[in-house]
Amino acid sequence: MTPVIEVTDLQKHYPVRKGLLRRQVGAVFAVDGVSFSINQGETLGLVGESGCGKSTVARTVMRLIEPTGGSIRLNGTDITGLSKAEMRPFRRQMQIVFQDPFSSLNPRMRAGDIVGEVLEVHHLTRGRATEARVAELFAQVGLRPAQMAGYPHQFSGGQRQRICIARALALDPQLIVCDEPVSALDVSIQAQVINLMMDLQRDKKLSYLFIAHDLAVVEHISHRVAVMYLGRIVEYADKRDLFLNPKHPYTEALLSAVPVPNPRLKRQKRILQGDVPSPMHPPPGCPFHTRCPYVEPRCRQDVPTLREVAPGHLVSCHLHGL
Amino acid sequence: MAGTDYSAELNKAGANATGVFGQLRFLARSYPLGAIGAAIMVLFVFCAIFADLITRFDPLSTNAAISLARPGGQHWLGADFMGRDVFARLVYGARISLAVAISCTAIGSILGIAIGLAAGYLGGWVDLLTQRLTDIMQALPLLVLALVMSAALGPSLRTTIIAISIPLVPYSARVIRSNTLAVREMAMVEAAKAVGMSEFRVAVRHVLPNTIAPLIVLATAQFGSTILTEASLSFLGLGIPEPYPSWGRMLSESAAEYIRTAPWLVIFPGIAISLVVFGTNLLGDAIRDLLDPRQRG
Repeated sequence: MTPVIEVTDLQKHYPVRKGLLRRQVGAVFAVDGVSFSINQGETLGLVGESGCGKSTVARTVMRLIEPTGGSIRLNGTDITGLSKAEMRPFRRQMQIVFQDPFSSLNPRMRAGDIVGEVLEVHHLTRGRATEARVAELFAQVGLRPAQMAGYPHQFSGGQRQRICIARALALDPQLIVCDEPVSALDVSIQAQVINLMMDLQRDKKLSYLFIAHDLAVVEHISHRVAVMYLGRIVEYADKRDLFLNPKHPYTEALLSAVPVPNPRLKRQKRILQGDVPSPMHPPPGCPFHTRCPYVEPRCRQDVPTLREVAPGHLVSCHLHGL
Repeated sequence: MAGTDYSAELNKAGANATGVFGQLRFLARSYPLGAIGAAIMVLFVFCAIFADLITRFDPLSTNAAISLARPGGQHWLGADFMGRDVFARLVYGARISLAVAISCTAIGSILGIAIGLAAGYLGGWVDLLTQRLTDIMQALPLLVLALVMSAALGPSLRTTIIAISIPLVPYSARVIRSNTLAVREMAMVEAAKAVGMSEFRVAVRHVLPNTIAPLIVLATAQFGSTILTEASLSFLGLGIPEPYPSWGRMLSESAAEYIRTAPWLVIFPGIAISLVVFGTNLLGDAIRDLLDPRQRG
């Protein structure tokens, strides 16, 4: 079975220019060689701290920004070099939901028109048929069709995110890229939206690339999880494997930072020292060696590669394998 | 504590403002100065539209018998040296001023929107080119620019409108450009692109509607200043040609010779100009406050 999306060695470097002649003096390595694939009906959780390149991956996969290198295959077709016009039919196969439900809806359009416009731009329906289809989509995401007449400011954050999901569903895509879709919502609303997304996945066999920094949310919705650090994937495994048996020291630290409801439960906490290095000057060798508690001399020189250390469990660390 | 009467508070907050009339009364009470401005503007537009019903005198017909007649009697505001009724000329002059103000503001705003949206949305060399051109235009004072243009094109209503509207373009373009720069970074623009909408559709349907609120404020301010500029141009003899009644030229033909002997020829057009400009400024301030809640006191 061909995966819905297959990303190979994706790179996005932003040039840094200086001086009068705008000479390139360096580059920000926002995404530096990321590979993953997602099958039909599967959710890949992509986690990592702020600034590690998660959102850049989302936007590059959607071809909203141009990758510097690597390839993106959608249902087996390479869409990396396609022009805007050539991309149009492929946009029906993948859609995106953004983090901020307040800025991702045009405040001057009615909710129904926001969703309906998508259908009309792609010449799928017109007039009455659009209205009927939008009403159906509203019902699917748990909104009343009567709410189609409302303007975005008349909706709560959760309802707005439902409108965004309805817009993403309008083209009947196979893949939805979710760029922190619940981070801006209250916890109780987060659960509602996550459950809605999981129901939709079951009904429509959707695939999700689910980006988040909340590990509890990722654990709930994902089938597989990729952990990113400084523009690279450092660990990539099935959800159970990753959460029960993290191999990379960074994943270990991330998991130990998750709050536990029981205050008496004593756990060994691994609090990382220092900050994430600048993606303009990534450290030589393993990008994590500046903060790693198990650092060894070779970590400072050799770049570790992502290797399969157990079936389906990939880690990029010198401590594992070989 | 039953029976607390909140109705006064509620009325103050506009809770009972129902219907068009009730809402207007509420707005007038919240923005008394704006209401005065609106009243002046309504009077001005009313004069312009119903000029021939308001006065029975013809603003163009001369009558040597009443040359330089004092205000009072049949000719409420007197007559000028050619024996033309000043009140009739003022009322008909409102038509010219309104025509100039509406068309100049409209032309200036439309061109400004087109240039500002293109510059802000496309960026790159389009932005660079239009910004430097607007810099050059803004370096010259509005009146000087209008003077040069109307001198080059010769006086007529059309050239007056062109000469006044072109210098307005940089201001509108700047406002639209800066808002476009902010709006185009919003997620809704990315969402529209992710759907595969054309750049033109994204710019016009999604970016533009979210940039024009500040332009409405600017346009009301420009509305008043165009009337002033037209009056200035006509005063200098470069605006509306004879014999059409323009407030500015009514001033200029009388100021030098008759200010001592027949001051009503200068005072009444002067009051008309000041009143309308004052009215647009009051109304513009109120609209700005209404559209931008952060500015409300």
